[in-house]
Amino acid sequence: MTASVSTAASTPAIELRRVVKRFGKTTALDGLDLQVGRGELVGLLGPNGAGKTTTVKLLLGLVRPTAGTGSVLGAPLGDRTARSRIGYLPELFRYQPWLNAREVLGLHARLGHVAKPARHDAIEQALQRVGLGERAGDRVGGFSKGMQQRLGLAVALLGEPELILLDEPTSALDPVGRTDVRAIVRDARDRGATVILNSHLLSEVEQVCDRVVILHRGRTIAAGTLDEVVAVDGVRVRVGHASPAIEAAAAVFGPVATTADGWLTVRPLAAERIPDVVAAIVGAGGRVEAVEPGRGSLESRFLELLADDEPPTGATAS
Amino acid sequence: MITIAALTVRELFRRRVVYVLAALTILSVVLVGWGLDRLVDLARDNGSGELEIQIGVSQVLILIAFMFSFVLAMTAAFVGAPAVGGDLESGVAYAILARPLRRAELIVGRWLGSAVVVVAYTIASGLLAIGVAVLVSGYGPPEPLLAVIFLSGEVLVLLTLTLALGSVLPAIAAGAIAVVGFGLGWMAGVLAGVAAALGVDGLRGVAEASRWILPTDGLWRGVIYGLEPPLVVLIAAGRAPALANANPFYATEPPAPLFVIWSIVWMALVLGAATWWFERRDL
Repeated sequence: MTASVSTAASTPAIELRRVVKRFGKTTALDGLDLQVGRGELVGLLGPNGAGKTTTVKLLLGLVRPTAGTGSVLGAPLGDRTARSRIGYLPELFRYQPWLNAREVLGLHARLGHVAKPARHDAIEQALQRVGLGERAGDRVGGFSKGMQQRLGLAVALLGEPELILLDEPTSALDPVGRTDVRAIVRDARDRGATVILNSHLLSEVEQVCDRVVILHRGRTIAAGTLDEVVAVDGVRVRVGHASPAIEAAAAVFGPVATTADGWLTVRPLAAERIPDVVAAIVGAGGRVEAVEPGRGSLESRFLELLADDEPPTGATAS
Repeated sequence: MITIAALTVRELFRRRVVYVLAALTILSVVLVGWGLDRLVDLARDNGSGELEIQIGVSQVLILIAFMFSFVLAMTAAFVGAPAVGGDLESGVAYAILARPLRRAELIVGRWLGSAVVVVAYTIASGLLAIGVAVLVSGYGPPEPLLAVIFLSGEVLVLLTLTLALGSVLPAIAAGAIAVVGFGLGWMAGVLAGVAAALGVDGLRGVAEASRWILPTDGLWRGVIYGLEPPLVVLIAAGRAPALANANPFYATEPPAPLFVIWSIVWMALVLGAATWWFERRDL
């Protein structure tokens, strides 16, 4: 594995073009397009069966596409040598229970072609990073699920890979562990690595990711920055000397709600109309003390997108 | 591949498989030694001649080797079936195969590590049992090393089959199929001998073909040949060679070189087919 991330790389970290994957009669990926730039921290979201894990396995060559093409770190899908630059935490994290944590990392360092002189430091660094330094000599079979997941994270971080694929990295962790994982993925991104965070926990993705990709039925139904996916849908304005005239001026743009402490909300409202609302309030004699663009939650937007993508009820096959 | 082979050897030590096998070997060798010693004493007390005693000891040794070959078949099934299949079922394989490792390296590495342990166990325990028999009875089989080599070959064939099946089927099914196959192969070998003795060509052809499909029984004949005193072979061959060969505990000649070559090719083909399939399957 490389000690530092190549900045000269001009190809995207991940590129999938119309990828189809079928398992018998089940279609897991249905023409998936995905592009992830170098150094991005991307959250892959979707309900159960959306194709998230299949996508990750496809990137690693663990499954082969039925149709479509793609590349990972500039190499074709399934390329063996590219895997030396990828770190992976599987959804089903299991490591040899008869080895200790340090030995598991030693095995992966050898398999991942970490240079021999750098192995010791790489292993100790990964152990310390996930908080397993004091349990490094203990058999994995005696580890709790959370500790095994921390070990899996250490395996994924080993040797500072260029691309890190984390499939549900906090599913067995307590709140402290989840906070640690957030810090770890931010560090990896700051180092220049590309990180794919595959998670059901929308709040987790919301807190750390630069970009989100939402999958449903094996297709991308939304992709972009959080602001792009969860668009601004209103505005809150704190108004001194509120009056019916000010409310009426704001109501021209949309439904208005007010609170006793002077906040006036207009929702729904397109983001570009916020300055017009503020100007109208000022024009009606209001004293604007604060303006907050209002944004829905990722969760509500996520549910909305899934509902929009559902086939209409009562539709019959032709 | 070497990393995976070394990992397999370490696993078999850490999981105490090697220690359990060693303890069982020592126990069985002690029992064999004690049993043979009693039998020889009893025969001498009854006035049996040394030649009779030697022939008797050789037949007891062949019987013990036969039972031992069953134990080894079970060992090969228990070691081989989960070597790849178990890793897939538990999920351990996902993290390993996400590394720049060829799937073939996983299969061949697992096979190599298992083979080293199982063959070492076969050779050590086989030679130890023969050594103890020589010590207590004074009788030594003509080709002890040849017998142990053929026994190792038999175990390797079983190991190859279980490991290959384990990369395609659930581990427990792979182990069961291999053990049943081993038993059927042995029965087919007996049938082939009986058919030859009775001159039933059709049955003989089918039974002979089964030896080539699963070469364990053919290799077992090599074990017997290595343990059989030349006198017994001479007498049996002189009287009725066809009948002698119908007995699963007699062999008038070792397996033909072509069969030995085929056994090696068979292992390569089975391992190759498992690798080909494993390379293409979705995990």
